[in-house]
Amino acid sequence: MPHIWCPGCGNGIVTAALVRAIERADYDQRDVVIVSGIGCSSRAAGYLNFNTLHTTHGRALAFATGLKMARPELKLFVIMGDGDCSAIGGNHFIHSARRNIDLNAIVVNNHIYGMTGGQHSPLTPTGKKATTAPRGTLEREFNLLDLARGAGATFGARGNAAQPRQLEQLITRAANHKGFSLVEALSPCPIAYGRRNKLGGPVDMLKELKESSISIERATSKEETELEGKTITGVIYQDEVPEYAAEYYRSIGKEIPVKSGG
Amino acid sequence: MGNRQEILLTGAGGQGLILASIILAQAAVNDNKNVVQTQSYGPEARGGASMAGVIIDIDTIEYPKVVNPTVLLSMNQASFNKYLPKIKRVGECVVIVDSTLVSGPFREEYKIRGYPITRTAREEVGKEVVANMLALGVLNAATGLVERKIFRDSIFELAPKGSGELNQKAFDLGYRLYESGPGQHIGQSAQTPQ
Amino acid sequence: MPETKPVLMQGNEACAEGAISAGVRFYAGYPITPSTEVAERMAARLPDIGGVFIQMEDEIASMAAIIGASIGGMRAITATSGPGFSLKQENIGYAIMAEIPCVIVDVQRMGPSTGVPTAPSQGDVMQARWGTHGDHPIIVFSPASVYETYYLTIAAVNLSQKLRQPVILLLDEVIGHMREKVTIPRDSRLMVEKSSDKVPADYKPYDEKGLTPLVPFGFGHYYHVTGLFHDQYGFPTGDPPQVERSLDRVHEKLEKYRDEVVLTNYIGHKEPRVVIVTYGCTVRSARAVVKKAYWNNREPVGLLSLQTLWPFPDKEVREIAKKADVIIVPEMNMGQIVSEVERHVKGEAEVVPLNRYDGEMISPDQISDIMGRWLS
Repeated sequence: MPHIWCPGCGNGIVTAALVRAIERADYDQRDVVIVSGIGCSSRAAGYLNFNTLHTTHGRALAFATGLKMARPELKLFVIMGDGDCSAIGGNHFIHSARRNIDLNAIVVNNHIYGMTGGQHSPLTPTGKKATTAPRGTLEREFNLLDLARGAGATFGARGNAAQPRQLEQLITRAANHKGFSLVEALSPCPIAYGRRNKLGGPVDMLKELKESSISIERATSKEETELEGKTITGVIYQDEVPEYAAEYYRSIGKEIPVKSGG
Repeated sequence: MGNRQEILLTGAGGQGLILASIILAQAAVNDNKNVVQTQSYGPEARGGASMAGVIIDIDTIEYPKVVNPTVLLSMNQASFNKYLPKIKRVGECVVIVDSTLVSGPFREEYKIRGYPITRTAREEVGKEVVANMLALGVLNAATGLVERKIFRDSIFELAPKGSGELNQKAFDLGYRLYESGPGQHIGQSAQTPQ
Repeated sequence: MPETKPVLMQGNEACAEGAISAGVRFYAGYPITPSTEVAERMAARLPDIGGVFIQMEDEIASMAAIIGASIGGMRAITATSGPGFSLKQENIGYAIMAEIPCVIVDVQRMGPSTGVPTAPSQGDVMQARWGTHGDHPIIVFSPASVYETYYLTIAAVNLSQKLRQPVILLLDEVIGHMREKVTIPRDSRLMVEKSSDKVPADYKPYDEKGLTPLVPFGFGHYYHVTGLFHDQYGFPTGDPPQVERSLDRVHEKLEKYRDEVVLTNYIGHKEPRVVIVTYGCTVRSARAVVKKAYWNNREPVGLLSLQTLWPFPDKEVREIAKKADVIIVPEMNMGQIVSEVERHVKGEAEVVPLNRYDGEMISPDQISDIMGRWLS
């Protein structure tokens, strides 16, 4: 299949995990909608055989909110990149979390703006280089899960492209969660990020992703010092709060059609 | 333009003059007339000198703004000072002021009629908030803009739920106030212009 | 609500009622003066009729949300004013490109920037035309009364559905805020023009052959929606011939329905010497003048009021220019539609601007003064 992604890019792995998760959830194909923003990962929408909506930069969640409110029975997966979601789309991100609207946000975090050639994003770690931070960025990065949590998100998970089975499970759990769910998928960008920061080739980057990760189940039994430099994966938080679309339809006394799967 | 009535309702924000203007306009609609209502929307609508304009005509109303007031109601000093000079046909425009809150100067040529509107609302209804309806009673009694029964029904239609009868009572009181004549010292004072 | 007895209604409220009469069941917006009453009316009305009202986090999100809802099959509208209209522009372009029906109401206020939020203006005429980037067709209506607001909103919604493109309703603060007597028909369902529901098995949402209805998401017709140039199925393309064809197609569909879209009204002398061409609330001042001059005094004057600003009523203006010596164009801005008038008059008549930009309406006196000068 022709696509725009560079060799060694993690977008394909994340997209495949999403597709397997949808299959596993046993949704009817016609009930699934893929929404995406602008950026490399957002092109995934064009490669999937569903109703797919490739929106404007940063606005995927706002488009998705409108669609979900109009058709609450549909299952929406919203693919965004790190800059797309947390910089230009930051406002929609926190407000979607606050509303607890049933959207499944999958943020492919490669720490860089890839499509435009490697500029730093709010998720570029301090000190890392980018075309717009040739001496390393002085800015601090967001912790995306904490940001969402602070805004009221009820489901937050983190996975990575090096552990696609786990990622698939996380997306499945996000899909089953009633409310706004966030899956942060760490993913390598060897061309625009890795090369400039001397992180090696695609294999090195995937290896590093895997080795630096520790699942939350295993992390709970470790001392804090042992977790230094580690990225915790898994479902980091989940709680039950009324979901916005369902609440709205209940408040106006209108039924939402029941759909299969999930 | 002969039938065109241009009414300015002025006072402080919170005195209910916008609502009064909407009720007057709706009453005129119910009386089968053409109506346009406009109001000030700036910060002054929340205090100072708030203004609502109502134009009533048998013909179609084109230009929607008040340019040549035929009726002016003034419910506080600031609005009195601001809107009295807008009158072009001095002596022909009906000027009604709330003498509880407006102290003049009342130049003779304006033929200003003062009525203790707010005081009457406070003392005889027990609620100052109905001063606006009382003012409408005075105003309609003085001008006959809308048929009285239609006006009363319109008040009931538009008043906040549960307050219809109280507001109608205040409107009737306005008629009584008008019939008992304007306050003594008002309308006859010959104070010099400001 | 909708009832046959005359009621007193605000322009903004009439806009909301018109939308509901035309089948709109989705509103997303952000508070901004002087358009807020549209949102407030929708917030009160939509829940009772199974509709969705949502106050979004910002203007951009509101525009995005109505596009999302429209793709889901709900007729959708948003309302804003100058600053918010600026923020919405990118997604308006998206709706044009992706051919998603939606209606955007801009209640114009005095700008630029925050300007005078409560003062009227007609300064967004060119923003409505060219606010979003790229060459694009656009439909813009500008009503001159509360009732006109009601029916032009209905027309906007229906045309938007039919032509699958955004329609902009350009109100001004005067029309949006004034209350006026209107009679609104009872049976609102009659106002909804259904687009065709015949869908071929091989559904092409961007069929090169012409207008295709939008089959909402979730009904088993899989296609892609994007702001990129795309093929007949919606998938991205950068192929130069296809890009050009695609852009031609979105323009052609509007050209084809031009006479349905361009609405104007002429009153006055059959052989006028002086004609006023204007729109929005300024029509009211002009009509007061022309009625007096022509009906009472039989002076050779006329008024061409433009309900449609874009596509510009070129034919209509040219017709007038053939008869009239002078065309006066009053606008509450520094001169926006006047250049368009000049462009189409091509020197056949003298074109005289009359501009006011102090946050007040152009008065009948201002118009009759200038008209008198050209008549004598």
